[in-house]
Amino acid sequence: MSENNRAQFRPDDHPNDHFLLTSIVGSYPKPKWLNRVSDLADDPDSKFDEDHLHEAHDDACRAIVDEHERAGLDTVSDGEMRRNEMVEFFADRIDGYEFNGPVKVWGHNYFDKPSVVDDVEYDESWLVDEFEFTQSAAAKPVKVPITGPYTLASWSFNEAYDDDAELSYALADLVNEEIEALVEAGACYIQIDEPALATTPDDHAIVGECLERIVAGVPDEVRIGLHVCYGDYSRIYPELLEYPIDEFDVELCNGDYEQIDVFTDPEFTTDLALGVVDVHTTEVETVEEIKENIREGFKVVPPENLTVSPDCGVKLLPREVAYQKIENMVTATREIEAELDAGEIDLGPEVSAD
Amino acid sequence: MMTELVATTPGLYPLPDWAKDELAELKGHQKGDLIGGDEGPEITDAYDRARTEAVDAQVDAGLDRVVEGQLRWDDMLAHPLTINDAVETGGIVRYYDNNNFYRDPQVRGELTPSGDVGAELDAVGADGDLQAVLPGPYSLADLATDEHYGDDADFLDAVADLLAGEIDAFPAHETLFLLEPSLVEAPPDDDTAARASEAIDRVAAATDADVVAHTYWGAVPEKPYAHLMDTDVDAIGFDFVADADASLYNINEYGTKDQIAMGLVDGQNTLVESPETVRDRVEWVDERTHTDFERAYLTSNTELFYLPVNKFEAKLEALGDAAALAEVDA
Repeated sequence: MSENNRAQFRPDDHPNDHFLLTSIVGSYPKPKWLNRVSDLADDPDSKFDEDHLHEAHDDACRAIVDEHERAGLDTVSDGEMRRNEMVEFFADRIDGYEFNGPVKVWGHNYFDKPSVVDDVEYDESWLVDEFEFTQSAAAKPVKVPITGPYTLASWSFNEAYDDDAELSYALADLVNEEIEALVEAGACYIQIDEPALATTPDDHAIVGECLERIVAGVPDEVRIGLHVCYGDYSRIYPELLEYPIDEFDVELCNGDYEQIDVFTDPEFTTDLALGVVDVHTTEVETVEEIKENIREGFKVVPPENLTVSPDCGVKLLPREVAYQKIENMVTATREIEAELDAGEIDLGPEVSAD
Repeated sequence: MMTELVATTPGLYPLPDWAKDELAELKGHQKGDLIGGDEGPEITDAYDRARTEAVDAQVDAGLDRVVEGQLRWDDMLAHPLTINDAVETGGIVRYYDNNNFYRDPQVRGELTPSGDVGAELDAVGADGDLQAVLPGPYSLADLATDEHYGDDADFLDAVADLLAGEIDAFPAHETLFLLEPSLVEAPPDDDTAARASEAIDRVAAATDADVVAHTYWGAVPEKPYAHLMDTDVDAIGFDFVADADASLYNINEYGTKDQIAMGLVDGQNTLVESPETVRDRVEWVDERTHTDFERAYLTSNTELFYLPVNKFEAKLEALGDAAALAEVDA
C-alpha cells in the first residue's frame, strides 16, 4: 500500500526531488484563552454558553491549522482543540459507556476513567464534523488521529465483555465504521494511537487483530498509520510488520535512538514515521541536531519510506516551544532532502534506493 | 458452616471527590508536592475530614473491621518509605502492572521508624474493631531502591525492622493486614522466599493482633507459597477474583492457616458484586477446600483507590451485606 499513497501528500511546489513527508502526531498546545473560555462555559453563572464555546473551538482550530501551515508541514491537523482527553472524548460518544467519576493516576492527577456497562455501539459520528471543519480551514491535507480500540479498552473498566480482547475487537469494529465515514467525508490520512500497547507489549496480537478489523474495506489510497509511544519496542518487533498499516510511528528521540537497531533486523518492510524532536523537554532542538536525528531513520528505511514527525503529541509544551520545534523540524527535513538530491548523504548499501 | 465471617478491606481508599480537588489545590500536581510526612495544618485538616468520611462509610456498610483508609498514601504501598527521613524520592515509576505511578523511594541511610502510620491510626479514634494496614516487608523492599545497605538480605531485614518499629507506635488494633502483592508479581527465588517469610514473622511478632498476609493479582507460585505457610501469621489472603483455581490449588496442595482472607470483590472493576454473588463465592471456596476455617475475612482482592467513589462505596456495602447474609443462612 505504502508505495502509492504517500505521493498524494507531496505539495505541487515541493522544492526538492526527494520528498520526506512531514507530519504531526496529533495534539498541540491549546491557546490559553481557549482553556479560560472552556472553564467559563462550565460555569452556570456565566453568560458564555456552549454556542460561544463552539465558536471558540472553530477559532482555535483555524489558528492551529494556520500555525501548522506556517511551520511548513506537509500534513496538518487542528491539534485536537475540541478534545479534552484521549479516552474520555471517544467514550463520551460511544453507546455502552458511562462515567462514574475521577480515579487516581498518580499523586493528585486524576482521569475520568469510564466504564463499559453494555455492548458498545456506534451512534453519532465522533470526528467527521471536526475533520470537515479542519479540512475547510486547511490548504494542506489533514491527518486525523483516533485513539485505538486496544487503548480505549485498556483504559476503561470492562463490566460488559468477557475480557479486554473481546472489548477491543468490538471497539475496533466501531473505529472501522468511523473511518468509513471519515473517508466518505474526504479523509486520506488516519493515525491510530495505541499508547496502551507500550505498557503491555505482550498484547501485540490483540492490536494486530484490531487493525485487521479497522482497515477492512478501507481503500488502499487512504494512508493508515499506527503510533505507539515510548516503550520496549523489541517486544513488538518484528511482529508489527504483520500489521495492515502503511506507517509505524515511533517515539525514539526521547531515548536518544538507543533502540533504532531494533528495527533493522529483520528488514523493516513498512514506512517508518520517526520522532525527531523530544516532546518531554522545552529545549528546542537546532536544525543541525534534528538533521542528525533524521539520518537515524536511514538506518532503517530509505528516504522514500521515511516520514518525519515529533516524538508524540506536543500538547504539554509551551505553545511557542512547540511551534519552534515543528518549524525547525520542517527546515531540517527540507535541508536533508536537498542534500539527498545533491548526493551528499551516504545511505549505505543496505537501504539505498533501488 | 461454623466459620466466623468478618467483612473487611485491604485499605488504600480513593479520596472523596471534594478532597481530590481541595488537596490538589493545597498541595499541587507535581511530584515534589506529594506527602512528605510534614504537612501543615490546612492539609492535615482536609485529610482529617476525609478520614472521617472513610470511617463512616465502613461503619455504614456494616464492615466488621475499620481501616484508616490510607488516604495520605500518595505513593500507595511505598508510603512508609517515601515519608521516611532516610529516603529520597526519585522519578515517577509504574506501580506494578497498572496505569498508576509512585515516587521511587531511594533508601540513602539507616531506616528508623517515623511514627507516621501510628499517628494516622491514632487519628481514627475507633473502638476495638480497628484494622491496621501495612505493606509486607517483601513488597516494600521490592518497591524500593536500596542505596545504603548494599545487600538484598540486609535490606529486607532493615525494611522488616522498620515496619516492626512502626507497629510499636500503633494504638491497640484487632487485625493487621500485611499486603504482599510482590509475592505474586515479582516472586522470590527459593532462598529469598525463606528470607521473605522470616521477614514477615519479624513484622508479625511486633503486634498482638491477628495478622493476615494478603496476596493479590493472582496466586503466589508454589515454592514461595510453601515458605509462606512456614510463617506464624494467622491467615493468608488469596485473590479469588484474579485466579481462583491457582489459589485453590495452593490451599489444597500445601494447606493454609486456620483463618483465611478471601479476596472475593474486584477492587479494580466498577461492576459491583451483589451480596449474593459474594456469598456464592464464599461457598464455592468452602466446598472445594477441606479445612473448617475458624474465621474467614471477606474482602476485595486489591486496594480500592482504583475505583470512583460511588462504586467504592457500593463495594463496601456488598461486603458488609454479604457477611450479614451468610450469617443469617448459617
